[in-house]
Amino acid sequence: MSAPIHIQPGETFTLNVGPQHPATHGVLRVKLEMDGEYIVHSETVLGYIHRMHELMGENRTYPQVLPNLSRMDYLGALGYTHGHVLAIERAAGIEVPERAEYIRAITVELNRIASHLFWFGAFVMDLGGFTPLMYAIEDREYILDILERVTGSRLTYCYYRFGGLYNDIDDEFVPATKALIPRMRESLKKYDALVTGNIILQKRLKDIGPLSKELCRKYGATGPVARGSGIDFDVRKNEPYSVYPEFDFDVPVYHECDSFARYKVRMDEMEQSLRIIEQGLEKLPDGPIMPEKKPKLIKPPAGDYYQAVETARGSFGIRIVSDGGKNAYRFKLRSPTYSNMHLFDEACEGMLIMDALALMGSLDLVIPEIDR
Amino acid sequence: MSAYFSEIFRGLQSLAIGMGITFKEFFKPVVTVSYPMETIKMSARYRGHIELIENEEGEPKCVACGMCQRGCPSGCITLESTSVEYQVEEKGETKTKKKKVLSKYDLDFTTCSLCGQCVESCNFGAIDFSKEYNLASSRKEDFHFDLLKRLKERNS
Ligand code: SF4
Ligand code: SF4
Repeated sequence: MSAPIHIQPGETFTLNVGPQHPATHGVLRVKLEMDGEYIVHSETVLGYIHRMHELMGENRTYPQVLPNLSRMDYLGALGYTHGHVLAIERAAGIEVPERAEYIRAITVELNRIASHLFWFGAFVMDLGGFTPLMYAIEDREYILDILERVTGSRLTYCYYRFGGLYNDIDDEFVPATKALIPRMRESLKKYDALVTGNIILQKRLKDIGPLSKELCRKYGATGPVARGSGIDFDVRKNEPYSVYPEFDFDVPVYHECDSFARYKVRMDEMEQSLRIIEQGLEKLPDGPIMPEKKPKLIKPPAGDYYQAVETARGSFGIRIVSDGGKNAYRFKLRSPTYSNMHLFDEACEGMLIMDALALMGSLDLVIPEIDR
Repeated sequence: MSAYFSEIFRGLQSLAIGMGITFKEFFKPVVTVSYPMETIKMSARYRGHIELIENEEGEPKCVACGMCQRGCPSGCITLESTSVEYQVEEKGETKTKKKKVLSKYDLDFTTCSLCGQCVESCNFGAIDFSKEYNLASSRKEDFHFDLLKRLKERNS
Protein backbone atom coordinates (compact mmCIF):
# COMPACT_ATOMS: atom_id res chain seq x y z
CA MET A 1 0.00 0.00 0.00
CA SER A 2 1.33 3.36 -0.89
CA ALA A 3 1.51 5.99 1.76
CA PRO A 4 -0.82 8.97 1.42
CA ILE A 5 0.84 12.03 -0.01
CA HIS A 6 1.06 14.99 2.30
CA ILE A 7 1.46 18.31 0.65
CA GLN A 8 3.33 20.85 2.67
CA PRO A 9 1.96 24.35 2.93
CA GLY A 10 3.29 26.47 0.09
CA GLU A 11 4.08 23.41 -1.98
CA THR A 12 2.48 23.05 -5.39
CA PHE A 13 1.57 19.99 -7.41
CA THR A 14 0.89 19.42 -11.07
CA LEU A 15 -2.55 18.45 -12.25
CA ASN A 16 -3.07 17.12 -15.72
CA VAL A 17 -6.43 17.92 -17.28
CA GLY A 18 -6.91 15.96 -20.43
CA PRO A 19 -6.09 15.04 -23.12
CA GLN A 20 -9.06 12.73 -22.54
CA HIS A 21 -10.96 14.80 -20.05
CA PRO A 22 -14.66 15.53 -20.65
CA ALA A 23 -14.28 19.15 -19.54
CA THR A 24 -11.90 19.94 -22.38
CA HIS A 25 -14.34 18.71 -25.06
CA GLY A 26 -11.70 17.09 -27.14
CA VAL A 27 -8.08 16.17 -26.94
CA LEU A 28 -6.72 19.27 -25.29
CA ARG A 29 -4.29 18.85 -22.44
CA VAL A 30 -3.90 21.48 -19.77
CA LYS A 31 -1.04 21.22 -17.33
CA LEU A 32 -2.03 23.03 -14.18
CA GLU A 33 0.28 23.87 -11.35
CA MET A 34 -1.95 23.90 -8.33
CA ASP A 35 -1.69 25.28 -4.86
CA GLY A 36 -4.54 23.44 -3.22
CA GLU A 37 -7.63 24.42 -5.19
CA TYR A 38 -5.97 27.46 -6.72
CA ILE A 39 -4.17 27.58 -10.02
CA VAL A 40 -0.67 28.98 -9.85
CA HIS A 41 0.31 28.44 -13.43
CA SER A 42 -1.28 26.85 -16.44
CA GLU A 43 0.06 25.55 -19.70
CA THR A 44 -2.09 24.34 -22.57
CA VAL A 45 -0.53 21.58 -24.63
CA LEU A 46 -1.65 21.03 -28.18
CA GLY A 47 -0.82 18.65 -30.96
CA TYR A 48 -2.82 15.53 -30.16
CA ILE A 49 -4.92 15.64 -33.30
CA HIS A 50 -2.88 17.69 -35.67
CA ARG A 51 -3.81 16.66 -39.21
CA MET A 52 -1.83 19.08 -41.34
CA HIS A 53 -4.78 20.66 -43.07
CA GLU A 54 -2.62 23.55 -44.25
CA LEU A 55 -0.16 21.22 -45.92
CA MET A 56 -2.98 19.25 -47.49
CA GLY A 57 -4.22 22.53 -48.87
CA GLU A 58 -0.89 22.96 -50.58
CA ASN A 59 -0.46 19.57 -52.17
CA ARG A 60 -3.97 19.03 -53.49
CA THR A 61 -5.79 20.87 -56.23
CA TYR A 62 -8.16 23.61 -55.13
CA PRO A 63 -11.43 21.64 -55.38
CA GLN A 64 -9.87 18.69 -53.60
CA VAL A 65 -9.37 20.76 -50.44
CA LEU A 66 -13.11 21.41 -50.14
CA PRO A 67 -13.87 18.58 -47.68
CA ASN A 68 -10.97 19.51 -45.40
CA LEU A 69 -12.43 22.75 -44.12
CA SER A 70 -15.46 21.11 -42.56
CA ARG A 71 -13.18 18.78 -40.61
CA MET A 72 -11.76 21.72 -38.73
CA ASP A 73 -14.71 22.88 -36.72
CA TYR A 74 -17.21 20.07 -36.83
CA LEU A 75 -19.89 22.03 -34.97
CA GLY A 76 -20.02 25.04 -37.24
CA ALA A 77 -18.56 23.56 -40.39
CA LEU A 78 -20.48 25.62 -42.91
CA GLY A 79 -18.93 28.88 -41.73
CA TYR A 80 -15.46 27.57 -42.50
CA THR A 81 -16.33 26.18 -45.90
CA HIS A 82 -17.99 29.51 -46.65
CA GLY A 83 -14.73 31.31 -45.95
CA HIS A 84 -12.85 28.91 -48.15
CA VAL A 85 -15.09 29.23 -51.19
CA LEU A 86 -15.23 33.00 -50.82
CA ALA A 87 -11.44 33.18 -50.75
CA ILE A 88 -11.06 31.08 -53.88
CA GLU A 89 -13.84 32.97 -55.64
CA ARG A 90 -12.11 36.21 -54.86
CA ALA A 91 -8.78 34.82 -56.05
CA ALA A 92 -10.06 33.28 -59.26
CA GLY A 93 -12.59 36.04 -59.95
CA ILE A 94 -15.66 33.81 -60.06
CA GLU A 95 -19.05 35.48 -59.94
CA VAL A 96 -21.56 33.88 -57.60
CA PRO A 97 -25.29 33.97 -58.42
CA GLU A 98 -27.33 35.83 -55.87
CA ARG A 99 -29.53 32.87 -55.01
CA ALA A 100 -26.49 30.81 -54.10
CA GLU A 101 -25.22 33.55 -51.80
CA TYR A 102 -28.56 33.80 -50.03
CA ILE A 103 -28.76 30.06 -49.52
CA ARG A 104 -25.23 30.12 -48.20
CA ALA A 105 -26.02 32.86 -45.72
CA ILE A 106 -29.17 31.08 -44.52
CA THR A 107 -27.45 27.74 -44.07
CA VAL A 108 -24.47 29.33 -42.34
CA GLU A 109 -26.79 31.02 -39.86
CA LEU A 110 -28.67 27.77 -39.27
CA ASN A 111 -25.36 26.12 -38.60
CA ARG A 112 -24.37 28.92 -36.24
CA ILE A 113 -27.52 28.34 -34.18
CA ALA A 114 -26.86 24.60 -34.14
CA SER A 115 -23.32 25.24 -32.97
CA HIS A 116 -24.37 27.67 -30.25
CA LEU A 117 -27.06 25.26 -29.10
CA PHE A 118 -24.56 22.51 -28.68
CA TRP A 119 -22.19 24.83 -26.87
CA PHE A 120 -25.02 25.90 -24.59
CA GLY A 121 -25.82 22.32 -23.68
CA ALA A 122 -22.22 21.29 -23.17
CA PHE A 123 -21.39 24.41 -21.20
CA VAL A 124 -24.25 23.93 -18.77
CA MET A 125 -23.25 20.30 -18.49
CA ASP A 126 -19.74 21.41 -17.52
CA LEU A 127 -21.32 23.38 -14.73
CA GLY A 128 -23.25 20.35 -13.56
CA GLY A 129 -26.65 20.65 -15.22
CA PHE A 130 -27.38 17.76 -17.53
CA THR A 131 -30.98 18.35 -18.61
CA PRO A 132 -30.49 21.49 -20.75
CA LEU A 133 -28.15 19.51 -22.99
CA MET A 134 -31.01 17.19 -23.90
CA TYR A 135 -33.30 20.09 -24.77
CA ALA A 136 -30.58 21.78 -26.77
CA ILE A 137 -29.83 18.61 -28.69
CA GLU A 138 -33.48 18.15 -29.51
CA ASP A 139 -33.65 21.61 -31.04
CA ARG A 140 -30.35 21.14 -32.78
CA GLU A 141 -31.66 17.94 -34.30
CA TYR A 142 -34.35 19.87 -36.16
CA ILE A 143 -31.73 22.13 -37.65
CA LEU A 144 -29.53 19.18 -38.59
CA ASP A 145 -32.50 17.53 -40.28
CA ILE A 146 -33.07 20.63 -42.39
CA LEU A 147 -29.40 20.82 -43.28
CA GLU A 148 -29.23 17.12 -44.02
CA ARG A 149 -32.04 17.40 -46.51
CA VAL A 150 -30.15 19.97 -48.55
CA THR A 151 -26.52 19.09 -47.98
CA GLY A 152 -26.70 15.32 -47.54
CA SER A 153 -24.63 15.31 -44.36
CA ARG A 154 -25.25 16.08 -40.75
CA LEU A 155 -21.92 17.33 -39.49
CA THR A 156 -19.07 17.57 -41.96
CA TYR A 157 -20.77 19.33 -44.83
CA CYS A 158 -19.22 19.62 -48.22
CA TYR A 159 -21.98 21.63 -49.82
CA TYR A 160 -20.52 24.84 -51.19
CA ARG A 161 -18.67 24.82 -54.46
CA PHE A 162 -16.53 27.46 -56.09
CA GLY A 163 -19.12 29.65 -57.72
CA GLY A 164 -22.20 28.26 -56.03
CA LEU A 165 -23.63 25.19 -54.43
CA TYR A 166 -23.60 21.45 -54.92
CA ASN A 167 -27.36 21.35 -55.39
CA ASP A 168 -30.33 23.63 -54.99
CA ILE A 169 -32.52 23.57 -51.90
CA ASP A 170 -35.50 21.23 -52.03
CA ASP A 171 -39.17 22.13 -51.72
CA GLU A 172 -39.26 21.40 -48.03
CA PHE A 173 -36.39 23.63 -47.05
CA VAL A 174 -38.24 26.94 -46.96
CA PRO A 175 -41.35 25.72 -45.08
CA ALA A 176 -39.26 23.69 -42.64
CA THR A 177 -37.00 26.65 -41.89
CA LYS A 178 -40.00 28.95 -41.54
CA ALA A 179 -41.50 26.53 -39.05
CA LEU A 180 -38.24 26.37 -37.18
CA ILE A 181 -38.06 30.09 -36.43
CA PRO A 182 -41.05 30.34 -34.03
CA ARG A 183 -40.08 27.03 -32.52
CA MET A 184 -36.56 28.28 -31.80
CA ARG A 185 -37.89 31.52 -30.34
CA GLU A 186 -40.08 29.49 -28.00
CA SER A 187 -37.08 27.39 -27.02
CA LEU A 188 -34.89 30.42 -26.40
CA LYS A 189 -37.51 31.70 -23.97
CA LYS A 190 -37.50 28.31 -22.31
CA TYR A 191 -33.72 28.36 -21.95
CA ASP A 192 -33.88 31.83 -20.53
CA ALA A 193 -36.30 30.76 -17.84
CA LEU A 194 -34.66 27.42 -17.18
CA VAL A 195 -30.98 28.34 -17.30
CA THR A 196 -30.23 32.04 -17.59
CA GLY A 197 -32.43 32.94 -14.66
CA ASN A 198 -31.14 30.09 -12.56
CA ILE A 199 -29.48 31.30 -9.40
CA ILE A 200 -26.82 28.58 -9.39
CA LEU A 201 -25.71 29.42 -12.90
CA GLN A 202 -25.58 33.13 -12.13
CA LYS A 203 -23.53 32.54 -9.00
CA ARG A 204 -21.08 30.44 -10.93
CA LEU A 205 -20.69 32.78 -13.88
CA LYS A 206 -21.21 36.36 -12.76
CA ASP A 207 -17.92 38.15 -12.07
CA ILE A 208 -16.07 34.90 -12.68
CA GLY A 209 -13.35 34.55 -15.26
CA PRO A 210 -12.81 38.19 -16.16
CA LEU A 211 -11.14 38.76 -19.52
CA SER A 212 -10.23 42.37 -19.91
CA LYS A 213 -10.45 44.16 -23.21
CA GLU A 214 -6.66 44.48 -23.25
CA LEU A 215 -6.19 40.76 -22.70
CA CYS A 216 -8.51 39.98 -25.61
CA ARG A 217 -6.65 42.41 -27.83
CA LYS A 218 -3.29 41.02 -26.74
CA TYR A 219 -4.18 37.49 -27.77
CA GLY A 220 -6.27 38.43 -30.79
CA ALA A 221 -9.50 37.02 -29.39
CA THR A 222 -12.52 37.41 -31.63
CA GLY A 223 -16.12 36.32 -31.76
CA PRO A 224 -18.33 36.00 -28.69
CA VAL A 225 -15.29 35.99 -26.40
CA ALA A 226 -14.24 39.47 -27.53
CA ARG A 227 -17.83 40.72 -27.71
CA GLY A 228 -18.35 39.63 -24.12
CA SER A 229 -15.46 41.91 -23.20
CA GLY A 230 -16.88 44.97 -24.85
CA ILE A 231 -15.09 44.76 -28.19
CA ASP A 232 -17.67 45.56 -30.83
CA PHE A 233 -16.24 43.57 -33.68
CA ASP A 234 -18.08 41.26 -36.03
CA VAL A 235 -16.68 40.52 -39.46
CA ARG A 236 -20.20 40.43 -40.87
CA LYS A 237 -20.59 44.10 -39.93
CA ASN A 238 -17.05 45.45 -39.99
CA GLU A 239 -15.79 43.85 -43.19
CA PRO A 240 -19.04 42.77 -44.84
CA TYR A 241 -18.90 39.87 -47.24
CA SER A 242 -21.43 37.79 -49.15
CA VAL A 243 -24.95 39.23 -48.82
CA TYR A 244 -24.67 40.26 -45.17
CA PRO A 245 -24.94 44.00 -45.92
CA GLU A 246 -28.50 43.30 -47.08
CA PHE A 247 -29.57 42.07 -43.68
CA ASP A 248 -30.66 44.09 -40.72
CA PHE A 249 -29.23 42.57 -37.57
CA ASP A 250 -27.51 43.67 -34.38
CA VAL A 251 -24.23 42.60 -32.90
CA PRO A 252 -24.72 41.83 -29.22
CA VAL A 253 -21.94 43.32 -27.10
CA TYR A 254 -21.59 43.08 -23.33
CA HIS A 255 -19.15 45.01 -21.23
CA GLU A 256 -19.07 42.89 -18.07
CA CYS A 257 -16.10 40.81 -19.31
CA ASP A 258 -17.14 37.82 -17.19
CA SER A 259 -18.23 34.32 -18.18
CA PHE A 260 -21.85 35.39 -17.94
CA ALA A 261 -21.31 38.09 -20.55
CA ARG A 262 -19.97 35.55 -23.00
CA TYR A 263 -22.93 33.32 -22.24
CA LYS A 264 -25.33 36.18 -22.92
CA VAL A 265 -23.60 37.12 -26.17
CA ARG A 266 -24.14 33.66 -27.59
CA MET A 267 -27.72 33.45 -26.43
CA ASP A 268 -28.45 36.80 -28.08
CA GLU A 269 -26.63 35.80 -31.24
CA MET A 270 -29.04 32.94 -31.78
CA GLU A 271 -31.87 35.43 -31.91
CA GLN A 272 -29.94 37.61 -34.37
CA SER A 273 -29.26 34.59 -36.56
CA LEU A 274 -32.97 33.85 -36.58
CA ARG A 275 -33.57 37.39 -37.78
CA ILE A 276 -31.08 36.94 -40.60
CA ILE A 277 -32.68 33.65 -41.63
CA GLU A 278 -36.12 35.26 -41.57
CA GLN A 279 -35.01 38.09 -43.86
CA GLY A 280 -33.03 35.74 -46.05
CA LEU A 281 -36.03 33.53 -46.69
CA GLU A 282 -38.09 36.56 -47.56
CA LYS A 283 -35.56 37.96 -49.99
CA LEU A 284 -34.47 34.62 -51.47
CA PRO A 285 -34.35 35.28 -55.22
CA ASP A 286 -34.95 32.75 -57.96
CA GLY A 287 -32.27 31.88 -60.40
CA PRO A 288 -29.36 29.59 -60.97
CA ILE A 289 -27.17 28.29 -58.18
CA MET A 290 -24.06 28.00 -60.29
CA PRO A 291 -22.60 30.64 -62.61
CA GLU A 292 -22.94 30.05 -66.32
CA LYS A 293 -19.31 30.67 -67.00
CA LYS A 294 -17.19 28.76 -64.60
CA PRO A 295 -13.60 27.86 -65.32
CA LYS A 296 -13.15 24.11 -65.63
CA LEU A 297 -9.84 24.22 -63.88
CA ILE A 298 -9.46 26.55 -60.94
CA LYS A 299 -6.17 28.37 -61.34
CA PRO A 300 -6.11 31.72 -59.58
CA PRO A 301 -3.59 34.19 -61.00
CA ALA A 302 -0.41 34.55 -58.98
CA GLY A 303 -1.00 36.67 -55.93
CA ASP A 304 -1.84 36.84 -52.29
CA TYR A 305 -5.49 36.59 -51.24
CA TYR A 306 -7.18 36.87 -47.89
CA GLN A 307 -10.73 36.43 -46.78
CA ALA A 308 -12.14 36.64 -43.28
CA VAL A 309 -15.55 35.41 -42.21
CA GLU A 310 -17.42 35.38 -38.93
CA THR A 311 -17.94 31.81 -37.83
CA ALA A 312 -19.71 30.64 -34.71
CA ARG A 313 -16.46 30.91 -32.79
CA GLY A 314 -15.03 34.12 -34.15
CA SER A 315 -13.16 35.54 -37.07
CA PHE A 316 -11.83 32.84 -39.34
CA GLY A 317 -9.29 33.96 -41.88
CA ILE A 318 -7.95 32.13 -44.85
CA ARG A 319 -4.94 33.27 -46.78
CA ILE A 320 -4.05 31.82 -50.13
CA VAL A 321 -0.83 32.53 -51.93
CA SER A 322 -1.02 31.37 -55.49
CA ASP A 323 1.77 30.98 -57.99
CA GLY A 324 -0.69 30.47 -60.79
CA GLY A 325 -0.68 26.70 -60.55
CA LYS A 326 -3.31 24.10 -59.78
CA ASN A 327 -2.31 23.98 -56.12
CA ALA A 328 -1.95 26.77 -53.64
CA TYR A 329 1.60 27.80 -52.86
CA ARG A 330 0.63 28.67 -49.31
CA PHE A 331 -2.62 27.82 -47.60
CA LYS A 332 -2.84 29.53 -44.25
CA LEU A 333 -5.78 29.13 -41.91
CA ARG A 334 -6.29 31.55 -39.07
CA SER A 335 -8.60 29.85 -36.67
CA PRO A 336 -10.46 31.85 -34.03
CA THR A 337 -10.31 29.37 -31.17
CA TYR A 338 -6.55 29.13 -31.43
CA SER A 339 -6.35 32.73 -30.25
CA ASN A 340 -9.28 32.41 -27.89
CA MET A 341 -7.74 29.45 -26.15
CA HIS A 342 -4.35 30.97 -25.52
CA LEU A 343 -5.67 33.65 -23.26
CA PHE A 344 -6.78 30.92 -20.89
CA ASP A 345 -3.24 30.44 -19.54
CA GLU A 346 -2.96 34.04 -18.47
CA ALA A 347 -6.55 34.50 -17.38
CA CYS A 348 -6.83 31.49 -15.11
CA GLU A 349 -3.88 32.28 -12.87
CA GLY A 350 -5.01 32.55 -9.28
CA MET A 351 -8.45 31.14 -10.01
CA LEU A 352 -10.21 28.26 -8.36
CA ILE A 353 -10.12 25.20 -10.59
CA MET A 354 -13.89 24.94 -10.97
CA ASP A 355 -14.10 28.58 -11.97
CA ALA A 356 -11.32 28.02 -14.46
CA LEU A 357 -13.25 25.15 -16.02
CA ALA A 358 -16.29 27.40 -16.27
CA LEU A 359 -14.08 29.97 -17.98
CA MET A 360 -12.79 27.35 -20.38
CA GLY A 361 -16.33 26.29 -21.20
CA SER A 362 -17.30 29.87 -21.90
CA LEU A 363 -14.52 30.12 -24.49
CA ASP A 364 -16.31 27.51 -26.63
CA LEU A 365 -13.28 25.53 -27.67
CA VAL A 366 -13.40 23.04 -30.50
CA ILE A 367 -10.07 21.30 -30.45
CA PRO A 368 -9.78 20.00 -34.05
CA GLU A 369 -10.07 23.59 -35.11
CA ILE A 370 -7.19 24.72 -32.89
CA ASP A 371 -5.10 21.74 -33.88
CA ARG A 372 -5.83 21.76 -37.53
CA MET B 1 -30.49 42.41 5.38
CA SER B 2 -33.60 42.55 3.25
CA ALA B 3 -31.41 42.23 0.15
CA TYR B 4 -30.06 39.01 1.57
CA PHE B 5 -33.52 37.53 2.02
CA SER B 6 -34.84 38.78 -1.28
CA GLU B 7 -31.91 37.09 -3.01
CA ILE B 8 -32.74 33.82 -1.31
CA PHE B 9 -36.34 34.25 -2.33
CA ARG B 10 -35.48 35.05 -5.96
CA GLY B 11 -33.06 32.15 -6.04
CA LEU B 12 -35.67 29.71 -4.85
CA GLN B 13 -38.15 31.18 -7.29
CA SER B 14 -35.74 30.63 -10.20
CA LEU B 15 -35.27 27.03 -9.15
CA ALA B 16 -39.04 26.53 -8.99
CA ILE B 17 -39.43 27.96 -12.50
CA GLY B 18 -36.78 25.56 -13.76
CA MET B 19 -38.48 22.64 -12.07
CA GLY B 20 -41.76 23.66 -13.67
CA ILE B 21 -40.19 23.59 -17.12
CA THR B 22 -38.63 20.18 -16.66
CA PHE B 23 -41.90 18.91 -15.24
CA LYS B 24 -43.79 20.10 -18.32
CA GLU B 25 -41.26 18.36 -20.56
CA PHE B 26 -42.30 15.06 -18.99
CA PHE B 27 -45.56 15.21 -20.89
CA LYS B 28 -44.13 16.09 -24.26
CA PRO B 29 -44.19 13.37 -26.92
CA VAL B 30 -41.10 11.23 -27.26
CA VAL B 31 -38.85 12.43 -30.07
CA THR B 32 -36.34 9.61 -30.18
CA VAL B 33 -36.68 6.26 -31.87
CA SER B 34 -35.35 3.05 -30.40
CA TYR B 35 -32.76 2.14 -32.97
CA PRO B 36 -32.18 -0.59 -34.22
CA MET B 37 -35.78 -1.75 -33.68
CA GLU B 38 -37.01 1.35 -35.44
CA THR B 39 -35.10 3.23 -38.10
CA ILE B 40 -35.61 6.54 -39.80
CA LYS B 41 -35.82 6.84 -43.53
CA MET B 42 -32.86 8.73 -44.90
CA SER B 43 -33.55 11.90 -46.85
CA ALA B 44 -33.29 11.81 -50.62
CA ARG B 45 -29.94 13.55 -50.65
CA TYR B 46 -28.36 11.62 -47.85
CA ARG B 47 -24.79 10.78 -48.70
CA GLY B 48 -23.82 7.21 -48.04
CA HIS B 49 -20.92 5.58 -49.86
CA ILE B 50 -21.06 5.77 -53.64
CA GLU B 51 -22.75 3.16 -55.76
CA LEU B 52 -22.65 2.39 -59.47
CA ILE B 53 -25.79 3.12 -61.45
CA GLU B 54 -27.00 0.73 -64.09
CA ASN B 55 -28.54 1.38 -67.49
CA GLU B 56 -31.65 -0.29 -68.88
CA GLU B 57 -29.80 -3.49 -69.70
CA GLY B 58 -28.59 -3.84 -66.15
CA GLU B 59 -25.01 -3.04 -67.11
CA PRO B 60 -23.10 -0.26 -65.36
CA LYS B 61 -23.45 3.09 -67.06
CA CYS B 62 -19.80 3.74 -66.37
CA VAL B 63 -17.54 4.05 -69.41
CA ALA B 64 -14.36 3.83 -67.37
CA CYS B 65 -13.17 7.32 -68.25
CA GLY B 66 -11.47 7.71 -64.89
CA MET B 67 -12.62 11.24 -64.14
CA CYS B 68 -13.93 10.26 -60.73
CA GLN B 69 -10.67 8.57 -59.85
CA ARG B 70 -8.71 11.69 -60.75
CA GLY B 71 -11.06 14.05 -58.95
CA CYS B 72 -11.15 12.17 -55.68
CA PRO B 73 -9.14 13.97 -53.01
CA SER B 74 -8.35 10.87 -51.03
CA GLY B 75 -7.68 8.39 -53.79
CA CYS B 76 -10.35 5.96 -52.69
CA ILE B 77 -11.43 4.89 -56.16
CA THR B 78 -9.55 2.26 -58.13
CA LEU B 79 -10.94 1.23 -61.48
CA GLU B 80 -9.75 -0.98 -64.27
CA SER B 81 -11.11 -1.58 -67.71
CA THR B 82 -10.66 -4.11 -70.46
CA SER B 83 -11.23 -3.37 -74.08
CA VAL B 84 -13.63 -5.64 -75.90
CA GLU B 85 -14.22 -5.93 -79.61
CA TYR B 86 -17.70 -5.76 -80.96
CA GLN B 87 -19.29 -5.82 -84.40
CA VAL B 88 -21.39 -3.07 -85.90
CA GLU B 89 -23.26 -2.91 -89.15
CA GLU B 90 -22.38 0.27 -90.97
CA LYS B 91 -23.42 0.98 -94.53
CA GLY B 92 -23.87 -2.66 -95.29
CA GLU B 93 -20.49 -3.80 -94.03
CA THR B 94 -19.61 -5.31 -90.71
CA LYS B 95 -16.94 -3.43 -88.82
CA THR B 96 -15.06 -4.41 -85.72
CA LYS B 97 -14.80 -1.72 -83.10
CA LYS B 98 -13.22 -1.59 -79.70
CA LYS B 99 -14.67 -0.19 -76.56
CA LYS B 100 -13.64 0.04 -72.95
CA VAL B 101 -15.64 -1.97 -70.47
CA LEU B 102 -15.38 -1.57 -66.75
CA SER B 103 -13.84 -4.64 -65.20
CA LYS B 104 -13.17 -3.46 -61.67
CA TYR B 105 -14.43 -0.62 -59.55
CA ASP B 106 -13.17 -0.63 -55.99
CA LEU B 107 -14.01 1.90 -53.35
CA ASP B 108 -11.93 2.27 -50.23
CA PHE B 109 -14.55 3.73 -47.93
CA THR B 110 -12.13 4.09 -45.01
CA THR B 111 -10.66 7.26 -46.50
CA CYS B 112 -13.72 8.60 -48.32
CA SER B 113 -14.85 11.98 -47.06
CA LEU B 114 -18.21 11.92 -48.86
CA CYS B 115 -17.37 15.15 -50.60
CA GLY B 116 -19.25 14.39 -53.78
CA GLN B 117 -16.40 15.30 -56.07
CA CYS B 118 -16.68 11.95 -57.87
CA VAL B 119 -20.43 12.18 -58.41
CA GLU B 120 -20.02 15.73 -59.64
CA SER B 121 -17.19 14.96 -62.05
CA CYS B 122 -18.95 12.04 -63.71
CA ASN B 123 -20.44 13.21 -66.98
CA PHE B 124 -22.40 10.02 -67.49
CA GLY B 125 -24.41 9.91 -64.30
CA ALA B 126 -22.85 6.57 -63.54
CA ILE B 127 -22.37 6.94 -59.79
CA ASP B 128 -24.52 8.23 -57.00
CA PHE B 129 -24.64 8.17 -53.23
CA SER B 130 -26.32 5.21 -51.59
CA LYS B 131 -28.51 5.47 -48.52
CA GLU B 132 -26.45 2.96 -46.63
CA TYR B 133 -25.59 3.99 -43.09
CA ASN B 134 -25.64 0.80 -41.08
CA LEU B 135 -21.95 0.25 -41.39
CA ALA B 136 -19.97 -0.98 -38.46
CA SER B 137 -17.12 -3.37 -38.27
CA SER B 138 -13.87 -3.89 -36.47
CA ARG B 139 -12.09 -4.90 -39.64
CA LYS B 140 -10.82 -2.43 -42.19
CA GLU B 141 -11.39 -4.81 -45.09
CA ASP B 142 -15.13 -4.63 -44.60
CA PHE B 143 -15.05 -1.11 -45.96
CA HIS B 144 -13.34 -1.99 -49.20
CA PHE B 145 -16.29 -2.30 -51.51
CA ASP B 146 -16.28 -3.98 -54.87
CA LEU B 147 -18.97 -1.84 -56.45
CA LEU B 148 -19.22 -3.91 -59.60
CA LYS B 149 -19.97 -6.99 -57.56
CA ARG B 150 -22.53 -5.08 -55.52
CA LEU B 151 -24.25 -3.99 -58.70
CA LYS B 152 -24.43 -7.56 -59.97
CA GLU B 153 -25.76 -8.77 -56.64
CA ARG B 154 -28.42 -6.12 -56.70
CA ASN B 155 -29.53 -7.25 -60.12
CA SER B 156 -29.56 -10.96 -59.46
S1 SF4 C 1 -17.12 11.16 -52.22
FE1 SF4 C 1 -15.17 12.27 -52.41
S2 SF4 C 1 -13.73 11.09 -51.17
FE2 SF4 C 1 -15.51 9.77 -51.51
S3 SF4 C 1 -14.99 8.57 -53.31
FE3 SF4 C 1 -16.10 10.37 -54.04
S4 SF4 C 1 -14.51 11.88 -54.52
FE4 SF4 C 1 -13.56 10.29 -53.25
S1 SF4 D 1 -16.43 9.42 -64.06
FE1 SF4 D 1 -18.28 8.20 -64.30
S2 SF4 D 1 -18.03 7.20 -66.26
FE2 SF4 D 1 -16.02 7.98 -65.70
S3 SF4 D 1 -15.04 6.25 -64.66
FE3 SF4 D 1 -16.03 7.45 -63.06
S4 SF4 D 1 -18.05 6.53 -62.83
FE4 SF4 D 1 -17.22 5.77 -64.74
